[in-house]
Amino acid sequence: MIVRILGVGQYRVDEADLPRLEEVDDRVEQAIADGDDAAFQAALGDLVDAIVRMGTPLPVEEFVGSDVVVPDRDTTLAEARAMGADEAQGLIPG
Amino acid sequence: MGFFDRLKVVVQAKANKALDKAEDPREVLDLSYEKQVEMLQQVRRGIADVATSKKRLELQADQLQASTEKLDAQARQALGAGREDLARTALERKAGAQAQIEGLVAQREQLQGEQDKLVVAEQKLTSRVEAFRTQKETIKAQYTAAEAETRIGESLSGVSEDMADVGMAMNRAKDKVETMQARAGAIDELLESGALEDATVSGDSVDRELTEIASKSAVDSELASLKAQIGSGAAPAELPAGTPPPAEPAPPEGGAR
Repeated sequence: MIVRILGVGQYRVDEADLPRLEEVDDRVEQAIADGDDAAFQAALGDLVDAIVRMGTPLPVEEFVGSDVVVPDRDTTLAEARAMGADEAQGLIPG
Repeated sequence: MGFFDRLKVVVQAKANKALDKAEDPREVLDLSYEKQVEMLQQVRRGIADVATSKKRLELQADQLQASTEKLDAQARQALGAGREDLARTALERKAGAQAQIEGLVAQREQLQGEQDKLVVAEQKLTSRVEAFRTQKETIKAQYTAAEAETRIGESLSGVSEDMADVGMAMNRAKDKVETMQARAGAIDELLESGALEDATVSGDSVDRELTEIASKSAVDSELASLKAQIGSGAAPAELPAGTPPPAEPAPPEGGAR
């Protein structure tokens, strides 16, 4: 699976590692649902760390679309909402 | 991955918009290469814009710093002249200037962060553009139009995603620069109004009084210095602190050669 971290680049993550990523991702989702900016940034930081740790950076000459796109670690909840706002209205409260 | 699925849709929608389909798929390769090069130029301009904005903040902070020093000196002089009310006014203005400096420093750091990111993005995009240029020539040379279509589709989704990604970073930097410019404009107005500037520059009555105290204390210390010279030849050690030494041809330090 190809994951893009915005502003960082693309990583290839083994399918076997997905369940562990999903765990961290659940915390991100929960923080979004709670509107908790501190929890969001902490969970997002963990998620980005996990992707970087488990994944392999895509070589510069490989051009493929991503399966998942994740914002970079310093993204605030408000910025994340603004990024997904076109699609997420009504789904993400606030 | 609910939120991230949506984010992917957003990024890929931007990505699709970045590229129009051409008749011959191989033309799309050239087109997208041109767009990459264009994007690279935009990123370079973006870096220059952020650097300019940062410079403006630094200049303002310097100006404000000079103001706080002047206001501080004025407060001391006012207090020395027994004018606590004026000293308070000068210190209030100094506090206002210091609060603005803190805001500027924080904003400067944000801009520095955006600049660093754009510089990294520029470096990455440069190597991606070069890699893509080589690849597109290979595809064009080795595949017929029909075969190329499949390979091109894959490459293009990667390239256009890159551009959407860089485009988002550029927008973010632009937002920060705009916020900064609004603030810098407000500070310019404050500086022009004299509210944070050296209190003697603008013309309200407080400023005039502070100016008078400053010149009076200069006159007082010069008078003391003259008395010391004319009197019993007393040593300059009796002079109040900060008084210039009796006029002598040789400057004590920093003399230009």
